[in-house]
Amino acid sequence: MKVQKRKIKEYLIEKTIFLSGITSIVIVVLIFIFLLKEGLTVFSSISPAQFLTGKNWYPISNPPQYGILPLIMGSVAVTLGAAILSIPVGIGSALYIAEIAPKKTREILKAGIELLAAIPSVVIGFIGMMTLGPLIKNIFHLSTGLTALSGSITLAFMAMPTIVSIAEDAITAVPKQYREAALSMGATRWQTTRRIVSHAARPGIIAALMLGIGRVIGETMAVMMVTGNAALIPHTILQPVRTLTATIAAEMGETVQGGSHYAALFAIGIVLFVITFAINGIADIYLHKNRHKA
Amino acid sequence: METKSQTIKFNIQQLNTWYGNVQSIKDLTIQVYANEIFTIIGPANSGKSTFLNSLNRLNDLTPGFKLDGTILLDNVDIYKHHDVESLRKRVGIVFALPTPLPLSIFDNIAYGPRMHGITNKSTLMGIVEKSLIESYLWDEVKDRLHTSAFNLSGGQQQRLCISRILAVNPEVILFDEPTSGLDPISTAKVEEAMLIFKKKYTIILVTNNVAQASRVGDRTAFFLMGKLIEVGDTKKIFTAPHEKQTEDYITGKFG
Amino acid sequence: MNLKNVKTQEKIASALLFGCTVLVVLPVVIILAIILYKGIAAINWEFLTAMPKKGMTQGGIFPAILGTLYLVAGAVLFALPLGVLTAIYLVEYAKNNYLSRIIKLAIVNLAGVPSVVYGLFGLGIFVIFFQFGVSILAGALTLGIMILPVIITASREALESVPQSFRIVSLSLGASKWQTIRHSVLPHALPGILTGTILGIGRAAGETAPILFTVAAFYLPHLPTSIFDQVMALPYHLYVISTQVPGIPESTRYGTALVLLSLVLMLNLFAIIVRSKFRKKKKW
Repeated sequence: MKVQKRKIKEYLIEKTIFLSGITSIVIVVLIFIFLLKEGLTVFSSISPAQFLTGKNWYPISNPPQYGILPLIMGSVAVTLGAAILSIPVGIGSALYIAEIAPKKTREILKAGIELLAAIPSVVIGFIGMMTLGPLIKNIFHLSTGLTALSGSITLAFMAMPTIVSIAEDAITAVPKQYREAALSMGATRWQTTRRIVSHAARPGIIAALMLGIGRVIGETMAVMMVTGNAALIPHTILQPVRTLTATIAAEMGETVQGGSHYAALFAIGIVLFVITFAINGIADIYLHKNRHKA
Repeated sequence: METKSQTIKFNIQQLNTWYGNVQSIKDLTIQVYANEIFTIIGPANSGKSTFLNSLNRLNDLTPGFKLDGTILLDNVDIYKHHDVESLRKRVGIVFALPTPLPLSIFDNIAYGPRMHGITNKSTLMGIVEKSLIESYLWDEVKDRLHTSAFNLSGGQQQRLCISRILAVNPEVILFDEPTSGLDPISTAKVEEAMLIFKKKYTIILVTNNVAQASRVGDRTAFFLMGKLIEVGDTKKIFTAPHEKQTEDYITGKFG
Repeated sequence: MNLKNVKTQEKIASALLFGCTVLVVLPVVIILAIILYKGIAAINWEFLTAMPKKGMTQGGIFPAILGTLYLVAGAVLFALPLGVLTAIYLVEYAKNNYLSRIIKLAIVNLAGVPSVVYGLFGLGIFVIFFQFGVSILAGALTLGIMILPVIITASREALESVPQSFRIVSLSLGASKWQTIRHSVLPHALPGILTGTILGIGRAAGETAPILFTVAAFYLPHLPTSIFDQVMALPYHLYVISTQVPGIPESTRYGTALVLLSLVLMLNLFAIIVRSKFRKKKKW
């Protein structure tokens, strides 16, 4: 009797835990479903191809035009800029922390990077707007400092914690023997480090870069505050731009629920979701590669 | 010991086990009598521990483990007709290395009874005291029952693990090389305890230490590469074994 | 000559890598210093406890602080049990099969979903579909889903670090699987779970995009009375006063940034202390 009761309890707990376990899948699916549900209606007035390649984003003109190419270009511009700035610097500091820094320094640096990851993006955006913007305005004699360049610098900075910590893990995970083998054959420390990075730790570093870029593409508040928010296809990095994320954040408040503008913003959400899903999926594959090797 | 009733406690028939594709026990048929010390000797990888872990179904936890054949405890098939939790309550196990939980001495011993629904403080205290006395640890720890079990010596920790099993009132105690990490004095204490335990419990002892088997075993089985080579009265196994392999192992020619 | 070249190369390389690190870490220090320096002037009792006045140009930010605390509490209430149970499933129950692989992939992807997309999702499902309206409930649930991967990942690591022998001992004494998890595994994983939860709270407290369309009020100089009310929230308030409303004194902006930053960093510091205390106490 008692055993029976315990069995039932155990069974119920096990089922609850199982259901919780699959919630994550359910949530991912729900996100996708709700983005589609709210966003797909925009395609009754515009084809997906026009939506993706249209050069004009004029949601409140009459008739409205929903071409997100300028927004895609805006995202691409700041992301590329951020990647160019953050990849070498990020890998460099990951190498320094993993290979060169003494133990105490390493702990301090890691804490500093953790600290950076903790700063809310709206605070970084605020500081970028107040300090970086005017700086860029003065250096390049522009009418506004809120440009693609400011966005790139801010985002490069925000991608750092992801890039540095994951790349550092990958480098630290390289087995000692590799290093000892290289050093015993007369390679210098720098040569050894370079080899290790270009071979053993490579999948982990690629994963780090991809996740960093994923973070950059999805970043919203900071980028909205420092890029100047002009929905134009940029020709130089010293022009204001507007990203996919910032468009959603800035315009959703002005839309009518269920209207075409509202739907168009959800459709941008679909694009973002698909991009980050792909990036994270690929990064995960690289991360697993690294684990198998180590 | 000849006067003892020879009730069969464990009856193992045609036991075969595998880890993945590797067979670890081959065609084992063997009986263990109630209230005896049944020792199993044999070199590493001879299937001794696998056998032990099959008797309380701890092998169920190992991914890829498969078992075929029957194991009867008091004539009940433990894999088909026995609730696994109450089986493990009836058949306790002492591991090679002491495994105290990161709790106080008291809470370590009270762990099992609590899991079986005993919550009354004084009842628990009674169980803890009785179990510690039975395993000869009481005098050494009675003044510090609420300090961490990690502060005990290795030998004390092992006796704590024995008390922990006694606290759930088992019928059979499995010992898996219980003294391999202990000094001679602690080993002697554990062996002494076993000799007294057999009045109340059935004991199955797996050991690497041939001398230990000869000191405490009523009957001894010799395993080699997953097979039972020979089983019989300990005295006979050690003085006049049937098989050449048994003799070689006992006399230290291999293993 | 050649040897000397190699040595120089080593030195240059070291210096370059060190430079990279400085480029990453130095701005952190500068940001903190600027916010502290310019924000501290605004901080006083009134700023922290009063309602905003005169179109937010005067008075305090109390409703925003309180709103953020409500949202964070709601998010944790939702995400902590769900996250811990998910981690228990993955570590203690799931077999190493296709399903657990998909769950892990889902978690990785949840961690990568842009925060503004969470905002859209929260708007679509909680505000509109479940008709919670723009409310604390909708915002807290959205934030909860966002920090779910943080809590799951930390809890998984914490559970995995509990030695296998604890489980085996418990099971061998006849405890059931759930009893074993409840009494022999969870207590020892608790500090790690706690650390992850605090980090999640820090994340939830600082996020703006998920609450933009689900809860945040632009200007609401009174306190909420139910979970279906809107609230102001610190990060959104900072956004509003620094981009949407002209004429806000600079010190007020920096002061708000300082309060938000302090809240988030204190939570992180707390998590770090819990973690290091636990590491010192650990005996296995």
